[in-house]
Amino acid sequence: MTTSSAGTDTGITRLGEVFTAAKAEDRAALIGYLPAGYPTVKGSLGLLTQALDAGADLVEVGLPYSDPVLDGPVIQHAVDQALRHGVRIRDTLHVVEQLAARGGRAVVMTYWNPVLRYGVDAFARDLAAAGGLGVITPDLVPDEAGGWLAAADREGLAPIFLVAPSSSDERIASTTAATRGFLYAASTMGVTGARDAVADTATTLVARARAHTDLPIGVGLGVRNGAQAGEVASFADGVIVGSALVSAAEHGRAAVARLTTELAAGVRGQHTGR
Amino acid sequence: MTSAPTASQGLAGTAHEPDDSGHFGRWGGRFMPEALIAAVDEVAAEYEKARRDPAFLAELDRLQRDYAGRPSPVTDARRLAEHAGGARILLKREDLNHTGSHKINNVLGQALLTKRMGKTRVIAETGAGQHGVATATAAALLGLDCVVYMGEVDTERQALNVARMRLLGAEVVPVTTGSRTLKDALNEAYRDWVASVGHTHYILGTAAGPHPFPRMVRDFHRVIGLEAREQVLAAYGRLPDAVVACVGGGSNAIGIFHPFLDDEGVRLVGFEAAGEGVESGRHAASITGGSPGALHGAMSYLLQDDDGQTLETHSISAGLDYPGVGPEHAYLADSGRATYEPVTDAEAMDAFRLLCRTEGIIPAIESAHAIAGAVRMGPRLVAEVGPDAEPPLILVNLSGRGDKDVDTAARWFGVVDPESLPTEEPPPGTDAQTGEREL
Repeated sequence: MTTSSAGTDTGITRLGEVFTAAKAEDRAALIGYLPAGYPTVKGSLGLLTQALDAGADLVEVGLPYSDPVLDGPVIQHAVDQALRHGVRIRDTLHVVEQLAARGGRAVVMTYWNPVLRYGVDAFARDLAAAGGLGVITPDLVPDEAGGWLAAADREGLAPIFLVAPSSSDERIASTTAATRGFLYAASTMGVTGARDAVADTATTLVARARAHTDLPIGVGLGVRNGAQAGEVASFADGVIVGSALVSAAEHGRAAVARLTTELAAGVRGQHTGR
Repeated sequence: MTSAPTASQGLAGTAHEPDDSGHFGRWGGRFMPEALIAAVDEVAAEYEKARRDPAFLAELDRLQRDYAGRPSPVTDARRLAEHAGGARILLKREDLNHTGSHKINNVLGQALLTKRMGKTRVIAETGAGQHGVATATAAALLGLDCVVYMGEVDTERQALNVARMRLLGAEVVPVTTGSRTLKDALNEAYRDWVASVGHTHYILGTAAGPHPFPRMVRDFHRVIGLEAREQVLAAYGRLPDAVVACVGGGSNAIGIFHPFLDDEGVRLVGFEAAGEGVESGRHAASITGGSPGALHGAMSYLLQDDDGQTLETHSISAGLDYPGVGPEHAYLADSGRATYEPVTDAEAMDAFRLLCRTEGIIPAIESAHAIAGAVRMGPRLVAEVGPDAEPPLILVNLSGRGDKDVDTAARWFGVVDPESLPTEEPPPGTDAQTGEREL
């Protein structure tokens, strides 16, 4: 891994600390996703804060987009509501800034067109200034990411790409080579959404990815409870929970706190199962 | 007359290809989830093999000839031309193909490719329903399972095509998210494909999306321009002065434009759906009124707001009601080789009626945009060549027939009592929940 041109105290290094700290406790990191602006900008800040306070090591702040092709109904519904309430890109940056100001660690999850429109360099600059650590890009692959890789490097942000069960070994190699911070492994072939069981494809994919990289590997898509979190934690460095948290968010902060606590116990191997 | 060019000649490769990763200059490429990269790689590799495989090419030509009815004729529209300032208007009759539009050209090609890849199921998005009908048709012919995603708004305004698809054995899924039109149908098709890619091919319906679709779909439609070029040369001893087509995603336009790219004297004009006027904000003219962005897999012109959110579009024509456009059109617009002009709903419907009454042809409302454009540019071309010259030839791609649009047109012109038109109310004996009967 190369060091960023932005120095040593960068988003990338702080993101690395999330995983080293978890590893020191012999557990996986818990990563929670919630979209900015759902149910309101202020409400989303409260929910994300709650997730961090209840045991999430890192949050993904979703940047709402009109055409989320990799998202299932739960997240579609939430971002649709956020957009109907008029959420803007600057609101997402504001949420990240507020989280970072109180010591929270946050990356942004965004489809690529909003960043293109905002300006790739400007987005990297403003996200770094807000204290964000990196960006997960579900519909941007490294092949098309030249400008973003340069901007991320300049600002010390982690470009976080996805690998999928369908990825060839060659693509896993090239994708991991472009990724910083952690690698996002999609557990299954499908859109986001809670599932009843962790797919076998997840363990295979993580094993394949480990052959190409020393990066921490986070597994997402389908995790919904503490037992599943514990299962994923047994073979991954990070457990990513999205739709289940968004569903909980429909019931308010207490529900988010409850689920996060359960998931945090899960990644520590303390969940008794259900 | 020499024998007509065949569909397979469209696949032969040209001097106008994207780079290996599908870029036309700064446009195109692959802006899409990693999970689908393996699938589009497979499609690209299989297409490269297929287009060099004599057996595949022969089968494609056989189907296009014996099943779809190619070549389609060119009709000299003399009575229509009386409204075009002295220009001569030639109609390339893609409306006469089996299923009633140009869409069959692409669908037969991709359905054959699906079989080659050993996949058993196809999915498609559709706006007006023409691509959905063509896909359902090819699926029936080749024994493939077929699911078509269609925005709920479009299932209502194109109810006839929904019925056609179901009769052909396809499942039609109304899409209720977002603006409930074509772009949302594409989103749902992508979501299906991510989860089904092992056994499913996505028959993308226009020359857009991630590489290799813009190039491959274009190639399957190049037969339109290859035929028309020969037909016009044979009948008039010269090339047309202008080749025009409607542009939504742009597949019929790129199909007829492409074989003329090297004919410098032939101007290429695409007509975009201006809805209630580009200045009204209620339109679907991506090149005229849009800006660069990435949607549904490719970099192209896009109707979007300051935050990169896709804007809701409007066109009376469901098939043009889409906020993006194929990347090769963006490239041709930038280079100036093709130009793009807006045509409003009202202009298109005037042209729709004009073609009905002068030529006895009911066009698809999509294609009526091209007719409107041709009639509008006629006097301009005549003025350019001068009064003593031969009348200029305008070749129009009449991409589809208008049976599906009869409801919309009847309402627009008030030619029938609105009470007599179909309503939301299901007829007796219909399943109250789904509005469906067993077929």
